[in-house]
Amino acid sequence: MKINKGLSTYAGMLALAGGLLAAGNVQAQSEATECIAPAKPGGGYDLTCRLAANGLEKTGMIDKPMAVSYMPGGIGAVAYNHVNGVRDSDPNLIVAASTGAAVNLALGKFGQYDADDVRWLGALGVDYGAIVVNADAPWQSLDELMEDLKANPGDIAFGAGGTVGSQDWMKAALTAKAADLSPRKLKYVSFEGGGEALAALLGDHIQVFTGDLSELKSQLESGKIRVLAALSEERMGGPYADIPTAAEQGYDVQWPIWRGYYMGPNVSDEAYQKWVERMSQLARSKEFAELREARGLFPMSRFGYEFNDYVLEQVDQFESLAKEVGLKQ
Amino acid sequence: MFDFLIHGFDVALSPLNLGLAFLGALLGTLFGALPGIGPINGIAILMPLAYTLGLPAESALILLAAIYTGAEYGGRMSSILLNVPGDAGAVMTTLDGHPLAKKGLAGPALGLSAVSSFVGATIAIIGLTLFAPLLAEVAVMFGPAEFFALMVFAFASMSVMMGKDPVKTAIGAVLGVLIGTVGVDSSTGVLRYTFGLPELYDGIDFVVMIIGLFAISEILLMLEHANRKDGNEGLPPLGRVFVSLKEVMACKWTMGRSGLIGFIIGILPGTGASVAGAVSYTTEKRLSDKNNTFGTGDMRGLAAPEAANNASAAGSFVPMLTLGIPGSGTTAVLLGALMLYNITPGPMMFSERPEVAGGLIASLYIGNLVLLALNLPLAGVFARVLTIPRWVLVPGIAILAFVGVYQLHSNLAAIYLMLIIGVFGYLLRKLGFSLAPVILGYVLGGLMEQNLRRALSISGGDLGILWQSGISLGLWIAAVALLVLPWLLPKLWQARTSKA
Repeated sequence: MKINKGLSTYAGMLALAGGLLAAGNVQAQSEATECIAPAKPGGGYDLTCRLAANGLEKTGMIDKPMAVSYMPGGIGAVAYNHVNGVRDSDPNLIVAASTGAAVNLALGKFGQYDADDVRWLGALGVDYGAIVVNADAPWQSLDELMEDLKANPGDIAFGAGGTVGSQDWMKAALTAKAADLSPRKLKYVSFEGGGEALAALLGDHIQVFTGDLSELKSQLESGKIRVLAALSEERMGGPYADIPTAAEQGYDVQWPIWRGYYMGPNVSDEAYQKWVERMSQLARSKEFAELREARGLFPMSRFGYEFNDYVLEQVDQFESLAKEVGLKQ
Repeated sequence: MFDFLIHGFDVALSPLNLGLAFLGALLGTLFGALPGIGPINGIAILMPLAYTLGLPAESALILLAAIYTGAEYGGRMSSILLNVPGDAGAVMTTLDGHPLAKKGLAGPALGLSAVSSFVGATIAIIGLTLFAPLLAEVAVMFGPAEFFALMVFAFASMSVMMGKDPVKTAIGAVLGVLIGTVGVDSSTGVLRYTFGLPELYDGIDFVVMIIGLFAISEILLMLEHANRKDGNEGLPPLGRVFVSLKEVMACKWTMGRSGLIGFIIGILPGTGASVAGAVSYTTEKRLSDKNNTFGTGDMRGLAAPEAANNASAAGSFVPMLTLGIPGSGTTAVLLGALMLYNITPGPMMFSERPEVAGGLIASLYIGNLVLLALNLPLAGVFARVLTIPRWVLVPGIAILAFVGVYQLHSNLAAIYLMLIIGVFGYLLRKLGFSLAPVILGYVLGGLMEQNLRRALSISGGDLGILWQSGISLGLWIAAVALLVLPWLLPKLWQARTSKA
């Protein structure tokens, strides 16, 4: 049984590492905490869970390493149903979520449960959408692209890593709307992940890629693409400083992709507040800022009821957009 | 020009990194050998560990890359010994690998597959070292239309496998395609065949499919035989342990060709080891199967997919290192690992972080040597697995897979699904279907459909896009030739000889 040996060595080493980190830690708490990543290992939700787990451990806010477990299925629906139906009051369980989950809730893809059926805890980081074209493309600004899009919507294919109705598609749809073009007239090609869409952009198979800022870092340096607009509230710093926002260019399109967490519906106020405290304290720490940046995420600090309201409002917005384009009755 | 590589060998040969390459190779072989874990999950499980241990970026990457290449070696083990593919790239390995084991040649089969894996991987790594930036340009020329043509070509090349029962092969492939359509439709987000069960939204997982179709159906067959008391076929003889030089040399061209095919397919983002294995096997069958021995335990039928799947694993590093675009699911996870170290892969990596780019490529060379050194002598040891009675071995593997799958999904639905697919596989086998076309249909069908629909949404429904470019036109011609020539050539030949 070699595999058992391998796994127990792994667990042992992890426990050892956790033990070392926890030593000399004063405000340690003894509960075993858990984060469910509603996907297979290695994806965005995995990273979201690890961000919390590594951060809390590094800053000594928990003394036992946080367990990260996987519950793939239904683009997050399986975990959502599980937390609503089975572990609805577990005070030590958080579940990773993102803008994508809000979109799926708006489309009613999470089955019988709605967005207000869980307690939204907070977001620890955010990425922003971006409108990207090939470096050889004729458009130098968002305005030029929009003009062409209005005149010949059939000649410009948008592509991204999600299906019609996904958060990647929403970026393209909102861009089309800002050009007074019905999203239904938009030519949209869905790929399996942003990488494939980016490859299609570099090969001139699609003309516009609606991706995320953080995944474009290496391409920015190579000069093979041109980012026409960042879908953020204001200009981002560092390598993105030269990228104008859509709003600057007169188009009101914003697309934050937050990475956050929710808890079960029947978690006590006390336990919920404790997590809100813990998360907002974490977000303020310097060690955490480094971890967040390593994952290409920008700061976002919305916690507790403020975050809860933010998510519910977002879901409402997406729902009306989905109805408008006929994705939902 | 190759400064980065010299520097890279410097990095990779440090005691720590060499040790990590060994460890990774060993763990990877293990992950690949056990159906249900595979390279993606292996890397995803160990990635946080590498990070927690505070390994420097190049060391972490060397460890993870060694696991990846090791898993491609390990995937063949259960294919050959148990007729259960260990991972997606090893599906074709079962076709000749398992018959060899049944003949008592498990040791030589394992040895040969280690050599083929080494040759395939080495061809690909040399290609990666010499031509990476150039090849990246070619890779992006493949758009949806070209991928669709490639899939048509792959399906056409499967026609050679139709053998004695073409109708059943075709039905099997179509059933596989059908199973592949379950889940959220990848272009519109509409749910297909999910019956309101969220567990089915993501479609049917590859591991669930493989274990159900191959392992569970095998157990059911064994149960049936146990009741009738006549199926006591006993253990296959454990013949000679090592592969002979003569056997290896007989496969040298097969390995070379398949390594090249695997490398080229590996470079294309979105296609992986399974496609490489299928295309190389069928190509080789067409080229060198003069006496119709493929499928009955022909060494070349084993060497082809093994060389190809390892070559494609190394090939998938090309778009990752040069464009920052993952060439396979596993390199996507590796890309995530690099991000954690604040390294953005891409053309700049070679100039900005030469120790990482060079160290990785150097460690691929070293890792392969390590794997060959590890796998050749161990072939005999692994072959001894066959001395365990099958009624212990196959259920044991299935239980391990159950645990693995449950751990990944944290719910029982996947296990039930596995059992249902197992019964389905049992029925297919009782009806005389071969399982390889089913699994290939399942893997290739999805890719084919996605790319067809992408191409048509780009062209606005105009079918012309499918053969507009030179690449796709070439693939279409090759596909048609594959289907028509075997039928046409003998007739032409006949016509000519009868005239004369």
